[in-house]
Amino acid sequence: MPTPIDPKAPAVSAVCKEDSQLRQKRMIAEHYHRLAGCPGSGEKNAYTFVPGNLTELLRSFDLLPVLPEINALQSAMRGKSREYIAVAEKLGHSEDVCTYVKCDLGMMKSGNVGPTGERLPDPDLLLLSYTGCFTFMKWFEILKEEYSCPVAMLHVPYQADGVVTEEMRRYVVAQLKEKIIPALESVSGRRYDEDRLREMLALSARAEDDLVAVLESAKHRPSPIDAYFGGVYYIGPIFTAFRGTPEAVDYYRTLREEVEERKRLNLGPVTPDGAVDRERFRLVVEGPPNWTSFREFWKMFADEGAVVVASTYTKVGGVYDTGFRHDPSRPLETLADYCMGCYTNLSLPSRVDMLSRYVKDYDADGLLVNSIKSCNSFSAGQLMILREVEKRTGRPGGFIESDLVDPRYFSAANIKNRLESYFQMIEQKRMHAVH
Amino acid sequence: MKCCVGIDLGSTTTKAVILAESGAILGRGITNSRSNYKIACDVALSEGLIGARFALVASALEGSDPAAGSGRALLAELEHGLREQQYRSQLRVLSEVMHRFMAEGDSDALREVVGEILAAMERGAAELFRSGASRKSDFFRDLAGSIYLRLAEEAAKTSPVGFDRLVGLFDKAILDVENRPTDAGNFGRHARAALSRLPEAPAALTRAVEEVAEVTLDLACTVGTGYGRATLPFPKEQIRSEILCHGLGAHAMFPGTRTVLDIGGQDTKAIQVDAEGIVISFQMNDRCAAGCGRYLGYIADEMNLGVQELGPMACRSSRPVRINSTCTVFAGAELRERLSLGEKREDILAGLHRAIILRALSLLARSGGVSDEFTFTGGVAKNPAAVRALRGLIIDNYGEMTLNISPDSIYTGALGAALFARREWLRRGSPGSGEATSDRGAEGGRAA
Repeated sequence: MPTPIDPKAPAVSAVCKEDSQLRQKRMIAEHYHRLAGCPGSGEKNAYTFVPGNLTELLRSFDLLPVLPEINALQSAMRGKSREYIAVAEKLGHSEDVCTYVKCDLGMMKSGNVGPTGERLPDPDLLLLSYTGCFTFMKWFEILKEEYSCPVAMLHVPYQADGVVTEEMRRYVVAQLKEKIIPALESVSGRRYDEDRLREMLALSARAEDDLVAVLESAKHRPSPIDAYFGGVYYIGPIFTAFRGTPEAVDYYRTLREEVEERKRLNLGPVTPDGAVDRERFRLVVEGPPNWTSFREFWKMFADEGAVVVASTYTKVGGVYDTGFRHDPSRPLETLADYCMGCYTNLSLPSRVDMLSRYVKDYDADGLLVNSIKSCNSFSAGQLMILREVEKRTGRPGGFIESDLVDPRYFSAANIKNRLESYFQMIEQKRMHAVH
Repeated sequence: MKCCVGIDLGSTTTKAVILAESGAILGRGITNSRSNYKIACDVALSEGLIGARFALVASALEGSDPAAGSGRALLAELEHGLREQQYRSQLRVLSEVMHRFMAEGDSDALREVVGEILAAMERGAAELFRSGASRKSDFFRDLAGSIYLRLAEEAAKTSPVGFDRLVGLFDKAILDVENRPTDAGNFGRHARAALSRLPEAPAALTRAVEEVAEVTLDLACTVGTGYGRATLPFPKEQIRSEILCHGLGAHAMFPGTRTVLDIGGQDTKAIQVDAEGIVISFQMNDRCAAGCGRYLGYIADEMNLGVQELGPMACRSSRPVRINSTCTVFAGAELRERLSLGEKREDILAGLHRAIILRALSLLARSGGVSDEFTFTGGVAKNPAAVRALRGLIIDNYGEMTLNISPDSIYTGALGAALFARREWLRRGSPGSGEATSDRGAEGGRAA
């Protein structure tokens, strides 16, 4: 039974920064600085997306990854997305279009200044691994027109039955050999070096081990992490530019040690406003966070002592907690498996399975869906998922709506109202179960 | 005696429900919400307490008088009289405020006209509250406002004082009148005054009023809910979401309820509850308030009607117009366009009501569908055209089922809050030793 909580006691204590946070900040800043220096240094880059990203392969050609959706969310967190979206809408993009796309296009049209204030380089290649989001294709079509650079597309078969077959794997590997690697060779001027790729994949696997340990620490009561709001920081290096690098290995080792220490001391997760000292609700969350009011959004949870113990958004760049690791002994096959296994490539029944398992394994009070107004890819089917998970787990579901990076779609009062109602609903059910 | 209170601070109206120790409803109070939420709560509470005292008088009469039937009729008379006294008391405040606002350099002619209008309003008070009289609203602002405007329009025809000046003065004053505590909630004084005007009031009634006026109502616990609940001066554990309160309130009214629809001023809620009234699922409209109660308010303003007149008019439609948009902002534009096309007002209104309910149906579907028994709560549940559209669409989509609508549907949220208050009071310990606050302050218009 959960310990009775004094509702009058504050849920959050004092602010503190941990070493891993500072380390990640440094890593990201250095990466953007290096990108800004590309025109002078001669280094080349590829624009690509988080789901199904081929970071190790790119880096084995000394190509630097640039991730437009990460730039968009960073712009939102810096309060720039409103003006960028306005720029894109002036160009004729409709209000309902994915706001990551409009924010990115607006940023490009406004000088392509990245999160650190430095200009991002034009793409040398647009590398599109198609894993479940049709909009990605349209996005790169537009960028291709703007930049007149080559596009390489990796088509990843959808996991309709929740199983990766040998045939599907061969199909992806064939594309890697016949289309993607030649394109990378052409852009980089380097030959494909499989040994180098293997070394990077081995480093990836080490970092992945530590990331999984961090995410699974949330099974502990109280959870030492928040696997949604905190989780998006934890996945930062591994889902973006650093998989396959020694920096990522060091980062995740440090993070894991910090988290294990918090777990040992029975400490709650760290938030921008302090640590959650009183875990009152344990939630599983489906759907991306809102980035324009990220801190305010997180605070709505933290103030109530609501801790997210598992989330699907932290699996969009790879699902590792089911046992998948990048395998250096079969380099192209493992990349194929990785692409096919990331969350956005999973069918609705697979997502239901995953979420139901999370609710049970992490002993969550329920599933909360944050449905994104401008993201049809994520939002389609979410209510069905909610109902099915409720049915299977017997734990109540909650539903809120916001947007990725359009501040016009975030209504704090409405979301807070629904969240409070959801938390009170959980509490009421809990009290009823006791009596 | 101890009682528990629920306050539902809605965006349009603020409601209070008073429960006895036993859990029985003692009284209900309602007022229009306004810029000062605290005052709105105070007024709703004092109205609820007056209701509670009437219930106590009724109960005393039934206990003492074998001819309780005639007692009830007299009690209704007494209530009309008390409402008249409250109105008069508010008029006095209005007069004082208007004269204060006129003191700085205004003409004698203006003072004279305003004085005549207010005197005419005073003279008309008895007629306004006579037994059987119909009133457009029970809120002072609406009642006094419509009479004042009519009289001002007439006066402006024959006086050098312009209509705009008269209206401007009223608009300025009414805010001040509304946002200050008044003595309208003083049961003892108003009831005695009303009693003195009742011809041949029986001794039992006089005695009951006197006894009840002296009873101290201890507010053992108060729980707040509604749109403005965060502004209520209650600790966190005494605040509940509207979802839970409407779920529990609907369950208390109709224990067989499984699905609840509440169309409030700013939001619509579709709620599923279990056999104990515990919420198991809910959906709310997102940041867009299209199709909520306020939409009807806009339509009423556009048509220069009272909001409660819309439903009956829509029910007279024989050929409803098909309207797809429920955008509140565009409501006026759509309405004018339809009128310009020659559509009849009742047909347009019927279409508008259907559009609101269609949107509510989408929320119901998202919350898990509609199950028997289905309860419609909130202010819009009093609107016959909305109910008719809802009934038809529910049958079309889900088949025949019981549709519950209480005449007190607008108090559902406040009732749920009051039930939570009672649970909280019982949880704290033995009844009788609760942290009670006397209602003596509230009766003067101030909440405890």
